[in-house]
Amino acid sequence: MPKSSSRALIPLGLFIGLAALLFYGLRLDPSEIPSPLIDKPAPSFELQTLHDPNRLVTQDIFMGRVSLVNVWASWCPSCRQEHAELMRIAREIDVQVVGLNWKDSRPEARQMLRQYGDPYAINLYDPDNRSGIHWGVYGAPETFVVDGTGIIRHKRIGPIDRTVWETEIRPVVEQYRPDQS
Amino acid sequence: MMLHPTHRQLLLGLFLIGALACGPVAAFTLEEFAFEDPAQTDSFRDLIGKLRCLVCQNESLAGSQAGVAQDLREEVYRMMQEGKTEDDIIAFLVARYGDFVLYEPPLKPSTYLLWLGPFLFIALGGYLLVRAIRRKQAEPEQELSADERARLKQLLAETDDRQD
Repeated sequence: MPKSSSRALIPLGLFIGLAALLFYGLRLDPSEIPSPLIDKPAPSFELQTLHDPNRLVTQDIFMGRVSLVNVWASWCPSCRQEHAELMRIAREIDVQVVGLNWKDSRPEARQMLRQYGDPYAINLYDPDNRSGIHWGVYGAPETFVVDGTGIIRHKRIGPIDRTVWETEIRPVVEQYRPDQS
Repeated sequence: MMLHPTHRQLLLGLFLIGALACGPVAAFTLEEFAFEDPAQTDSFRDLIGKLRCLVCQNESLAGSQAGVAQDLREEVYRMMQEGKTEDDIIAFLVARYGDFVLYEPPLKPSTYLLWLGPFLFIALGGYLLVRAIRRKQAEPEQELSADERARLKQLLAETDDRQD
C-alpha cells in the first residue's frame, strides 16, 4: 500500500478510537460515585434502633457474620421497589440484613414495615443523616456488604433486584462468609 | 477557580436550574450559618463553593437545594465551629465521599491526563503546524515552463484589454 493512502487512514482511526471512547462513556452512570470506604472498617456509630429509642447499638453488631447494610427511607420509591427482594434475601440467605433508616420519621418508617413486611434483623435510626455522612451516603437506597470483622467490602448504589443480587452482591457475601474462608 | 463575582452569577444560574432539577426541598439561606468572625463566614462560603453536591452534581454545596447538600453544609459548619481547618474538613469529606466531593479534581497521577491533556494537545498541534510550515518553505519554487509563461502573458493581455 502506498504511503500516502495509509496516512489517509489516520483520521479514520482517530475517529473510531474517539467514538469507542465516547460510546464507553455513554454506558457509565455518572450518579454512581465509587466509594473510598471499600476495604475500610465500617464507621463507628451509636444509634437508636427504629423500633426502640432506648436501645442503642454500635458497629459491634457486624462481628461474626456477613451483613448487608441497607440505607432506606419510607419516602424513597426505589426502596419500596427493592423491598420484596430484601424480604426474600432475609428469608432465604444466611446474611444479617441491617437497615439504616435514613432521613425518615419513626411513624412513617414503621408504617411501611407493617405494610410491606420487615426484612431487617436490626434497624438503625438516623433521621438527620449524622451517621449517613460517615458512610458516604448521598441517596437511598444504597447497600453495603460488611464482612464479619466489620470491614466494608462492597457498595451498591440504587435498588437491588434478583439480577443485582445474583451478579453483584451474592458473590461478595459468599466470599466473606466466615465458615467458607 | 475561586469564587469570583462572575462565578457568583454563574452559581446563581446553576442554583436556579438546580432548584428545578432537584425538586422542591425546603429552601435554605446561607444566613443561617452565622460566625462571630466575619472572616470565618467568608472562608465557610469559600469552602462550600469548593465542595460538590453529590446529588445535583453540577452544583457546589454553596448552591444546592438538595437535602443531602444541606446536611453536608451543616456538617462543615459544625466542624468549623469546632475549630477544624479547611484541610481537615476536606480530608474528612474525601475519606467518606471520595475525590468526587471536590469541585476541582486534585492533581495526582490518576488525573495527570485530565489536567495536562489540553497542553499535550496544544503542543502536538503546534508541532504539526510548525512542521507543515517548514515543509512548505523547504519546497522549491515552481518554475513555469516556456509554454506556461506564454499562456500567462496571453491571459494578462486579455484582462488588460477588457479593462480598457
